[in-house]
Amino acid sequence: MTKFIRQLIGEAPLEPGKVKLELPSIVENGNTVPLTVSIDSPMTEADHVESIHIFNQKNPQPFVAAVHLGPRAGKAYIATRIRLADSQRIVAIARLSDGSFRSGSADVIVTLAACTEQ
Amino acid sequence: MNGVLRPLLALAAATVVAAAPDEKRSGYDFAGPEIRAMQDDDTANPGNLWVLQGETLWGKRAGAADRSCADCHGDAQVSMKGVAARYPAFDAALRRPIDLEQRINQCRTEHQKAEPLSWESDELLGVSAFLARQSRGLPITVSASPESSPFLDLGGKLFEQREGQLNLACSQCHDENWGKRLAGNLIPQGHPTGYPVYRLEWQSLGSLQRRLRNCMTGVRAEPFEFGAPQAVALELYLMERARGMPMDAPAVRP
Amino acid sequence: MARVLINFPQRAKRGDIIEIKTLIQHPMETGYRLDNKGAAIPRDIINCFTCAYNGDEVFRIELFPAISANPFIAFSTVATESGELVFSWTDDHGQTQTETRQITVE
Repeated sequence: MTKFIRQLIGEAPLEPGKVKLELPSIVENGNTVPLTVSIDSPMTEADHVESIHIFNQKNPQPFVAAVHLGPRAGKAYIATRIRLADSQRIVAIARLSDGSFRSGSADVIVTLAACTEQ
Repeated sequence: MNGVLRPLLALAAATVVAAAPDEKRSGYDFAGPEIRAMQDDDTANPGNLWVLQGETLWGKRAGAADRSCADCHGDAQVSMKGVAARYPAFDAALRRPIDLEQRINQCRTEHQKAEPLSWESDELLGVSAFLARQSRGLPITVSASPESSPFLDLGGKLFEQREGQLNLACSQCHDENWGKRLAGNLIPQGHPTGYPVYRLEWQSLGSLQRRLRNCMTGVRAEPFEFGAPQAVALELYLMERARGMPMDAPAVRP
Repeated sequence: MARVLINFPQRAKRGDIIEIKTLIQHPMETGYRLDNKGAAIPRDIINCFTCAYNGDEVFRIELFPAISANPFIAFSTVATESGELVFSWTDDHGQTQTETRQITVE
């Protein structure tokens, strides 16, 4: 996961803060995990979030979603539902309009469902 | 059909004493806050995608009779109110209970003169979800009657019978150990108030019969075939055991 | 045409930030599941979703197999003027499904 994050941000420093990544800490079913990212930003032309990149640690591939925003969003906010193959860390990285990056992360425990079809 | 039923009914001749939980709690209460939030929000509840499909099918003409459900039943919000809450229901002509999916197919074949919809097909789930939605908030009204008693007894017997390699009976989890954990989920009481249900494990809507088959596979027993008389008897028993509880279909469950 | 549910306030005041919720029926086949014979079921997902407000793209998300089946996407936009919101979902085959909704801004 770190390698792909590096590919995204290059040599720029990654500052934690401002990015709130919300996921349940224990998940009843890894197939559908609600996820919300909200970033503290005035979302003006001069100062806004351009994009949010969400990565995971243990799924077969590291990318979850890439969200493209702008001042017309009003709020830097995205909510969706994701699949998690195992207990792992999720990282959300915001690219701000000034070219800097901020990050937030959450650790999730994924449990197995009882009585499946297999 | 009779050849299979008669020996089974003879087996269930003794009255079964149901040990249902004293305080009946819906599966909704055993699901976590995120799942409950997903169910409560009509746009976020994936079950509503099937309700939409059912609503479209309701108005679509089908079969040699070229009739839609609406042609006979009009506005489902009026005519179908409370219907899902009383199924499985005893069918006088067939002299046995049938569940909602079987009733839908009975209309399709006898009145629309169309092919029946297959078990677990999106179409059948759609119509059944649309109908179940019309009973949301209404209490389950399935109850014992002289004709349905033998089938209720059979259902109860099946509920309490150990089965499978794990040699477990439904009652052992759902009457005796509800509220405790099994593989990360809380064991619910097993009331079918929310069917057809969007089960996160399936990432799809599914029927009560599908869920019961999962339970049986879970204890390593051979699951009932879709539409088998034992499956319908068990559905009947479960709905009667849940009588009075409000329906919350389409529900979201882990 | 996949079933879609879209929810947002149909009337808003100019400058209000409104929340838009969308849900589309799609299995989002990851490409990692195996069939009964052990062969991988090919990937088949919605890979891009956009929202255009009177022709201007105001939101775009690239989706990967980690997004759950029947993708739910909620986001916000500023109610700038009355008009049309056009929602588009594009899948791995290059097919796009579009839904249009009206918004009234006072």
